[in-house]
Amino acid sequence: MSRAEATTDSVTTEPTGGAVRAPRPLWTFGLLRSELLTTFRRWRTLALLAVLAAVPILVGIAVKIETSDGSSVGGGGPDGGGGGPAFISQITNNGLFLVFTALAATLPFFLPMAIGVVAGDAIAGEANAGTLRYLLVAPAGRTRLLLTKYATVLAFCLVGTLTVAVSALTVGAVLFPLGDLTTISGTQISFADGLGRALLIALVVAASLVGIAALGLFVSTLTSSGIAAMATTVGLLITVQILDQIPQLHAIQPYFFSHYWLSFADLMREPIYWDDLVKNLGLQGLYAAVFGSAAWARFTAKDITA
Amino acid sequence: MGDASATEPAKGEPGAGVIATHGLTKRYRGGQLAVDGLDLTVPAGSVFGFLGPNGSGKTTTIRMLMGLIEPTSGTARVLGRPMPRASRAVLPHVGALIEGPALYGFLSGRDNLLRYDAADPTADPRTRRTRVASALERVGLTAAAGKKAKAYSLGMKQRLGLAAALLQPRRLLVLDEPTNGLDPQGMREIRSLVRELASDGTTVFLSSHLLDEIEQVCTHAAVMAQGRLITQGAVADLSAGVRGRLVVTTPDTGDAARVLKEQGAADVVVAEDRVSAEPPDRDLAEVNAALVTAGVRVRGFGVERASLEDAFVALTGEGFDVAG
Repeated sequence: MSRAEATTDSVTTEPTGGAVRAPRPLWTFGLLRSELLTTFRRWRTLALLAVLAAVPILVGIAVKIETSDGSSVGGGGPDGGGGGPAFISQITNNGLFLVFTALAATLPFFLPMAIGVVAGDAIAGEANAGTLRYLLVAPAGRTRLLLTKYATVLAFCLVGTLTVAVSALTVGAVLFPLGDLTTISGTQISFADGLGRALLIALVVAASLVGIAALGLFVSTLTSSGIAAMATTVGLLITVQILDQIPQLHAIQPYFFSHYWLSFADLMREPIYWDDLVKNLGLQGLYAAVFGSAAWARFTAKDITA
Repeated sequence: MGDASATEPAKGEPGAGVIATHGLTKRYRGGQLAVDGLDLTVPAGSVFGFLGPNGSGKTTTIRMLMGLIEPTSGTARVLGRPMPRASRAVLPHVGALIEGPALYGFLSGRDNLLRYDAADPTADPRTRRTRVASALERVGLTAAAGKKAKAYSLGMKQRLGLAAALLQPRRLLVLDEPTNGLDPQGMREIRSLVRELASDGTTVFLSSHLLDEIEQVCTHAAVMAQGRLITQGAVADLSAGVRGRLVVTTPDTGDAARVLKEQGAADVVVAEDRVSAEPPDRDLAEVNAALVTAGVRVRGFGVERASLEDAFVALTGEGFDVAG
């Protein structure tokens, strides 16, 4: 890789005696600001966030209707790998549990799908629209543009997760009582402590998406079709989720980015059980490193013909 | 990785050319040779016309100059620095319109420019809004600045693309088919804009397939066909290489054609009331006298200057068609 990636030092050297226009370190973040504004002004981004916000509303209403006759929920619920069903039966006692349920419900598919769409479109969408060439001759710089794109996708991971959490908290507060809550281990914690746990869980869920974000960004550098990149990323997500359910593959399953996703439920234990949480975060870091490097190697050496 | 360009001295000695390529070659995967050993020199301060049929390698060349495509072999220097290695130092001084404008349809024209300006790390955010406003003003889009770009006509998009190239004072403007999609009035405006920029000392590299456009605004030109450079030089020199044609306007075309042949003119062509021929190697006054003596009623007599189109046809031996 040798192209276009001058260090900051070299940028400050004057080309050939013309007016000096040295970049200031802070100016480089102008692109990130512009990227965030552009992403969150896209109709598609807002639609994805709306879908994410709708999930807790639907879950909340469903639970409310099902329990309106005094019966309990979740007795016959599918075992989603820990977390989900355990929480769903507690929503009627405490609306805060809707946050955990909603995150458990959206993490396997809705959240990563939304990330896949945004990440897949990041580079390929610009290439498709032809705007990539103008960003590069501006010159955005290939590494800088890629980092900006990745930072924006990560910001979307956080915003998406918080959208689910805030929507769930609101719906939970409206439909169900709030108060002290019982952890999975059976101990009692205060509502304030519970809120803190909820925020921590939202952050862990957002961090769980770091891997698929890097994967989507890498796919995005491979093609000039935004739709193809989005479809590939979401397709990979579904494939991995299916493979993760096949017992014969248990030897490789710990390396699937989704394998430890539902470990966030361990934050509701007292004391917190860290093993799987740490494995999850480590795995996400590994994915970010591997696919981030691959995306960088690909993007900085790519001929931009679109 | 950036050390090479950091330690590289500025080699832009005057006269070396704002753009200088040496043996620049691009072979795409699949073996297609798009650009073949290009040696191009664009003098500073020139308005340089880059001519060639569709598919002749013009756009591939421009993309290599802008660091978007890595050459297979050969070198390209822009503003004295090697491309694509020195992209980040060179490109802030270059405004470019490549293969038509590309815009974010869901953003307004103004927001599109704000975004492109933000992508340039050397652009001062404090002056961003002012610079965007003056670029919009310069291309006549101030009134439509708040409209979403997807509602723009092709001509307006083209103008917005030009505005993006004019966000900063530039030392080089690379304009690929800048008048595409514009109405005659718009074309005239762009041409006068190009002249104005050139008179400020900006070098303009203009690709076009419209020969008369090149002839009207360019001081220098290069002609490409099938990936190779056929010729380059001052526009006046290029067309000077081709002899003009003797044109006689007369109702007596038959007699005129016979007399012209007797006088040694070759390639005599009769079209309606015009007879044209390659002028013979003798005083044209004698030719005219001979026509009159023979009783030909001459309404008009003169030599038509060779156009760049004639030069092009003479050089390529073909019309201005798409290369197979």
